[in-house]
Amino acid sequence: MNEITGAYDWLTTGANWQGEKGVWHRLSEHLYFSGVTLAVACAIALPLALYLGHIGKGGALAVNISNIGRAVPTLALLILLTLTPLGEHGDAPTLIALVLFAVPPLLTNAYLGMREVDRAVVEAARGMGMSGRQLFARVELPLAYPLIMTGIRSAGVQVVATATLAAMAGEGGLGRIITAGFNLQNTPQVVAGALLVALLALLVEAVLVLAGRLFDPRRGTRSSSEAVQ
Amino acid sequence: MAQQNCLVTNDWICGEYLRTRSQELIDATLQHVGITLASVAIGLAVSLPLALLARRWRFLAGPILGVTTVLYTVPSLAMFSLLLPFFGLSVSLVVTGLVLYSLTVLVRNILAGLQAVPDEARDAAKGMGYGPLRLLWEVELPLALPALLAGVRITTVSTVALTTVGAIVDYGGLGSLILDGLDTTFKAQVLTASVLCVLLAIVADVLLLGLQRLLTPWTRVHRIRTSRAARKAAVAKVAEPA
Repeated sequence: MNEITGAYDWLTTGANWQGEKGVWHRLSEHLYFSGVTLAVACAIALPLALYLGHIGKGGALAVNISNIGRAVPTLALLILLTLTPLGEHGDAPTLIALVLFAVPPLLTNAYLGMREVDRAVVEAARGMGMSGRQLFARVELPLAYPLIMTGIRSAGVQVVATATLAAMAGEGGLGRIITAGFNLQNTPQVVAGALLVALLALLVEAVLVLAGRLFDPRRGTRSSSEAVQ
Repeated sequence: MAQQNCLVTNDWICGEYLRTRSQELIDATLQHVGITLASVAIGLAVSLPLALLARRWRFLAGPILGVTTVLYTVPSLAMFSLLLPFFGLSVSLVVTGLVLYSLTVLVRNILAGLQAVPDEARDAAKGMGYGPLRLLWEVELPLALPALLAGVRITTVSTVALTTVGAIVDYGGLGSLILDGLDTTFKAQVLTASVLCVLLAIVADVLLLGLQRLLTPWTRVHRIRTSRAARKAAVAKVAEPA
């Protein structure tokens, strides 16, 4: 496979990592897009989902939004947004599209996590005289934590993946190495870029899994079967 | 004259575009449907044996589920690009990528469906002298059908959306029109193709729902219970690759 050895050569050529179109610059763009949008999406979706889960309303909304999200092609939304007046504001279409795609998994998982908390436990906590706020912070949130983290993980990986597609709409990120490779008909570069993107997505997944374990409020007390969600 | 204007002024919605380019739209839609159908069909053909293997030998379950989950995290643009050396710029490249994505949901759902078959049903069939193949075909698969079809629905809807990314190698169905519309800043083409794409996903989902109801009439009695189970199954993976 010439392309594979070619991809290795491309990756080990120092010049390909430097400058405006180099790997380091594209990686920093990618991480900037992903980080900002994941933070914004969490800030929007989590409080809403946790509140709805706490009062036990809006379930249909939380579940259906994620089903609708599945049907909307990311590429189409990115390109539609790029062609609107927003497209003149540089990164705006990418950031908005990424936020829109990160919200459904966050919303659905956080909501369902809150609702799946054993009703008997909630009733017991109420019976012990806990206020709504105490119930939320000490019972519901710790028990919903695994599913909330699953949502953050899904959203995080998805944002990294979607940021790749931004390249097809002409914005930055690691995907640009792939699209530029296609434009130059340079298959080794396409494969090298794809490898970088795939590795980054896997790395982000791994980091989020570890972070989830590290910050688990019930670390050590959770049985192994429970942790697999 | 007024109708010509929407092409000249580059409006988002343009009747003239629909009339003059209907053949192009039909071709793209057909390609889109073809790619989706082929991907889901091959995905099913591959994931059924995988699910059976994972059920038969438990030590295989971890690796099979692990590998298909890892595939799921690979971004679609990277997936199609990584397959480029093996397939070149071809439609089989797009189909292969989509098949790899479909495995995660399909294997999980088929496995969950098979594992949910009550032991009494299995024992009764065995007691009636059913061999393993007949047991699978006449008892286990029908009982696993609701979970299987739920997986097919999820897979089909996300495959319709993901096919668009195949535009990078010119086999993206409606996605190719969308990407082409970006290059020429032809708004009507981008919007029309995008809307068609979403409609396609909805139509496919409704058709599959109908099929599911036709094939599993017995579930309707317990609809509340199964829909709750299906919702729980959906919790594990609510995101799709992009």
